[in-house]
Amino acid sequence: MSTMTREETQALIQEVLEVYPEKAAKDRAKHLAANDQSVEQSKKCITSNRKSLPGVMTIRGCAYAGSKGVVWGPIKDMIHISHGPVGCGQYSRAGRRNYYVGMTGVNTFGTMNFTSDFQEKDIVFGGDKKLDKLISEIDQLFPLNKGITVQSECPIGLIGDDIEAVAKKKGKELNKPVVPVRCEGFRGVSQSLGHHIANDAVRDWVLHNRDNDNSFVSTPYDVTIIGDYNIGGDAWSSRTLLEEMGLRVIAQWSGDGTLAEMENTPKAKLNLLHCYRSMNYISRHMEEKYGIPWMEYNFFGPTKIEESLRAIAARFDDKIKAGAERVIAKYKPLMEEIIAKYKPRLEGKRVMLYVGGLRPRHIIGAYEDLGMEVVGTGYEFAHNDDYDRTMKEMGNATLIYDDVTGYEFEEFVKKIKPDLIGSGIKEKYIFQKMGIPFRQMHSWDYSGPYHGYDGFAIFARDMDMTLNNPCWGKLQAPWKKQAAESASQAA
Amino acid sequence: MPKVMLRYSDSGKLLFYIAKKDQEEEIAKVEQDDDNAWGGAVELTDGSKYYIDPISPPPKFPTTLSFKKA
Repeated sequence: MSTMTREETQALIQEVLEVYPEKAAKDRAKHLAANDQSVEQSKKCITSNRKSLPGVMTIRGCAYAGSKGVVWGPIKDMIHISHGPVGCGQYSRAGRRNYYVGMTGVNTFGTMNFTSDFQEKDIVFGGDKKLDKLISEIDQLFPLNKGITVQSECPIGLIGDDIEAVAKKKGKELNKPVVPVRCEGFRGVSQSLGHHIANDAVRDWVLHNRDNDNSFVSTPYDVTIIGDYNIGGDAWSSRTLLEEMGLRVIAQWSGDGTLAEMENTPKAKLNLLHCYRSMNYISRHMEEKYGIPWMEYNFFGPTKIEESLRAIAARFDDKIKAGAERVIAKYKPLMEEIIAKYKPRLEGKRVMLYVGGLRPRHIIGAYEDLGMEVVGTGYEFAHNDDYDRTMKEMGNATLIYDDVTGYEFEEFVKKIKPDLIGSGIKEKYIFQKMGIPFRQMHSWDYSGPYHGYDGFAIFARDMDMTLNNPCWGKLQAPWKKQAAESASQAA
Repeated sequence: MPKVMLRYSDSGKLLFYIAKKDQEEEIAKVEQDDDNAWGGAVELTDGSKYYIDPISPPPKFPTTLSFKKA
């Protein structure tokens, strides 16, 4: 099946919606759309950031996941306490592969799990005393920590603990930032609100800490990488490009980032924002308070990298502009080689994506560089502004799905029959068992990095490795295959 | 009274961002925009209208202001 027309896409949506009860179908219909590039405002054709329907299999996370898992978690020299029962912290521990350098347990704590392990008595009598004790213990056992955050789990909000008071008290006592984050899982409809809450906590408790401290000498070429979580080393492969073109990266938010970097961010000249959804809040705040402009960029695939490098350089003087051209020229032969190698093997293949944050739109360029086509895309927790940005990237009449349910996703795949699906671990084995090549696009399927020129080489190899894997021809049992073959020969 | 953050877009147009709604829209028309004051009735590109008492002297953008729905 080649590309679908608008009518076919609409018909597919209608067909999939048929099994729902009337009310649910009406609600879900608002979240599914055929892309229309001529529409300027996405809210006219797709609804997003709404509560998932009870009874459907949503793939979303919670506010705690957005704060502890995404924004705060990767800050390596702070200790992040999962305040509440033990499960939330343990099951989210180290799963996101935010790489960092440091000695874990001595001066960095990224892959460790700290929890207050709530018991019944803590729910009944409150957990503030426990938290107080816990923070003292942590500081005694891990004296090289630079600060502590308290990431609330659901019960904290329900029983009304005053973690702010404890944090203030302990912050004075230890003379370190102790940050209470009110990211209880029940807040909001998805992890998106967790990002916002975490951003607000950074704004209120961290960002201004060094406002009157001028010991950090800034240069006119200081930039920051914001919203890159260093999954599989993403931020590193982005950072090298920026440094090669003559910029100085003074902070990484928050992959391989430190507290000091965050505190020094107001001294940057430009904030470079990769994941718009999770960190636009703090970028907007810094623009207003410190007058630091911010811009979005896209480091997936050579075409977009080139565009982004030039756009970034345009904000600086000729030296940086020349630097950007130098970097582009340097990597061009390498990229041409990779495309020459993989494009013939991947050309014309069709991809469906369902991820979160920035990827459903940012990766499209990288696939297109390999001659592949994205025929469907969707976000777990995007808002209107994300879809505004997506609709221009996607082809006309392609399928867009917001907060897609397990059932809808399966049905879409059955009908559209893509050659590759990019989504998360929860979807992986369903689709692999259906015989469709699958890549996890949250954790890069334990590979990576995918950002930057170096990342594109790995990306291309991984896609080829998955799509052209001989195992996809071996899904049918040999005896069944023989029967089918002999039947066709007889006929 | 939504709190609105106003900032310039890359193309130099003034953007109207309501954090609570994650709504970002360009401003199509402002009643008063001169050296003396900025404000009055504000119309966005999607047709929605807001009002703010003219601020004198004009504020420096980016900034956050409280608007009334008109």
